[in-house]
Amino acid sequence: MKIIAVCGMGIGTSILLKMNTDKALDQLGVAGDVEAADIGTAKGAASLADLVLTSAELAEELEGIPTPVRVIDNFMNVDEISAAIKDALDL
Amino acid sequence: MTGSTGSPASLGDLLPSEAVAAHVEVETWEEAVRASGDLLVATGSATPEYTDQMIAAIHRYGPYIVIAPGFALAHAQASDDVLNTGMSFMQLAHPVRFGHEKNDPVRLVAGLASTDHSAHMEALQQLALVLSSPETMEQLLDAGTVDELCAVLGIPPSK
Repeated sequence: MKIIAVCGMGIGTSILLKMNTDKALDQLGVAGDVEAADIGTAKGAASLADLVLTSAELAEELEGIPTPVRVIDNFMNVDEISAAIKDALDL
Repeated sequence: MTGSTGSPASLGDLLPSEAVAAHVEVETWEEAVRASGDLLVATGSATPEYTDQMIAAIHRYGPYIVIAPGFALAHAQASDDVLNTGMSFMQLAHPVRFGHEKNDPVRLVAGLASTDHSAHMEALQQLALVLSSPETMEQLLDAGTVDELCAVLGIPPSK
């Protein structure tokens, strides 16, 4: 499974989100590849991914892409990320 | 230290105690981001223009840099205004609202300037560990001095 963690710039918040998404996948026992991306790159890359995780503000900018998008409020909360992955992928 | 050939930079490498501040008095989110940028400038990580770019990014993309309750990670894109990969960390004297629906108000602000996408991964990971524990988060909020903040962050104290 491929997940993209998106932030505005692709160097700060998305990298933290990527790290915690890796942990969430571990927790769920799901093998996956998580990539951090800025909002510009993400729009193109999303079509190759199974799921996009981002903040509420940026989710609005991603409207219309074919991949499911889930909003994460607390990027440090691995349980919230796990729940979002489970919900999006019907695990 | 942060060169491409060395081992990954730790939080202590990228966040000198000179870039840590306790009890910072600011009234608005812009002042908070400017103060975190000033610390990056003072420690040679970025130019003052980089601070303007961090503020512009929030105007452009919204307050999503408030990524956890009470915590903002101020940063902009890598540019010529980043001189060396580095970070800053501030404890605010009073909570400040960034306009984030869920994670306001903010008491802790980290600043990040990075020359590329990976130089700061290790350091960010260390910071994430500290911030993901409610216990250490509490200690950061309660700290009274820069050295107390450094101790919780696991970096060397001021000289």
